[in-house]
Amino acid sequence: MQERGHTEGGSEPVVEFRDVSLSFGDTSVLRGLDFRLTEAETLALVGRSGSGKSTVLRLVNRLLEPDGGQVRVSGRPTTEWDPIELRRRTGYVLQGIGLFPHLTVRENAGLVPGLEDWDGERARRRVDELLEVVGLPPAEYADRYPRELSGGQQQRVGVARALAADPPLLLCDEPFGALDPITRRELQGEFRELSRRLEKSLLFVTHDVNEALLMGDRIGLLEEGDLAFLGAPEAFRESEHPLVRAFLGDGAGIRGGS
Amino acid sequence: MEFLRYLAGNQDLLLERTLEHVYLVGTAVGLAVLVGVPVGIVLTRRERYRGPVIGVVNVIQTIPSLALFGFLIPLPVLGGIGASTAITALFGYSLLPVIRNTYEGIRGVDPAVVEAGRAMGMTDRQLLRRVELPLALGVILGGIRLATVIGIGIATIAAAIGAGGLGEFIFQGLSMVNNTVILAGAVPAALLALAADWGLSRLESRFSRWREGSRGAGAPGGGPGGGG
Repeated sequence: MQERGHTEGGSEPVVEFRDVSLSFGDTSVLRGLDFRLTEAETLALVGRSGSGKSTVLRLVNRLLEPDGGQVRVSGRPTTEWDPIELRRRTGYVLQGIGLFPHLTVRENAGLVPGLEDWDGERARRRVDELLEVVGLPPAEYADRYPRELSGGQQQRVGVARALAADPPLLLCDEPFGALDPITRRELQGEFRELSRRLEKSLLFVTHDVNEALLMGDRIGLLEEGDLAFLGAPEAFRESEHPLVRAFLGDGAGIRGGS
Repeated sequence: MEFLRYLAGNQDLLLERTLEHVYLVGTAVGLAVLVGVPVGIVLTRRERYRGPVIGVVNVIQTIPSLALFGFLIPLPVLGGIGASTAITALFGYSLLPVIRNTYEGIRGVDPAVVEAGRAMGMTDRQLLRRVELPLALGVILGGIRLATVIGIGIATIAAAIGAGGLGEFIFQGLSMVNNTVILAGAVPAALLALAADWGLSRLESRFSRWREGSRGAGAPGGGPGGGG
């Protein structure tokens, strides 16, 4: 297991897309996408459904491979990574949560340490610690099954699971999309605090522009398989780009862009 | 009354034939599970074999049982007069429900859960063992139950080729034109089927309870303690 690039002064981007293109059959999903995610940064990608947001994440942990260009993680193209190793050091918080319904909260959260053959006591301590961190005291929640939890609690388990093996990089695919607005706000705030405190690098995908503005150190606006905008939240708010304006709800027609 | 008296008078014979019956069906279904579950798993990984394999076991299913017994008799090892022919035929009939349910069960696992497993860095084998098989178990057991219940019925016909079992009473009764003797085979066979159905469906529902709740995970207000 290698450590992340602290030693080189953090100059190596954690994730880098170089002119990445991808098609599914005749449908071109990504066209020459370029961006970098630096260490401990949160990049929030917004876009409408079908703009290729989730595809970007799936390229990072090599659930997909690019047709053209390169996706590099810690300086190495994903195609040169062992996919299993790559995925185990890349936390993933999914849209549908994707908890294992037949496993308890503890077993769900401890999944990756289990796969990595941590010894039982260490894994157990780690999971207890994390459940505490995400606001689910293990004494009360560790032995429950996912269906015995509310949606918000389930997503907390999802977050704990993604963090369990202490991956330097987290991928988040609309993690709070299925939650009611109040729970969503709560989790967004907590999650941002948490990821900053733990100095994780985050690639965060959402269609909710407010969520992107809240979570992101930088915002990328994905449209038709390429970034129409990439920059700080302030710059995003002030951008004159018609699509950005449309996303911010200025009343301009959504169809105006690209 | 006469029926009960007949059974009481032939207790040992009844027990022997019931055990033979259980042996025929149990062996055949057991072998079908040993072969069918792995085949079903392979089909989920190699879709292109699904059509031909399901096609073949489907065809086996459509052969009338008496005819199938007849076809098997001349074959060495698998056939002949006696239990092996019956087991071979029952095995053939059990393959379809076992293979199909294994396939459907694994295919029916929530794709979000499978994707999560893959994204966590599970190898294909780990995904199968820890996620897909446990979640498909209820459906697979459903296939085994179906195979068993059908098998218990078909096995009564196996007496025609000297395989033993409760069918002996039925064929004996038919030749004697004696309903009491027919019932002595038919009623225990039906009870056996009902018992197997009941027992296996209990097992099945026990392993299916994950199914509810695996969907609609985002529904709020599920558990006590609120949104935390």
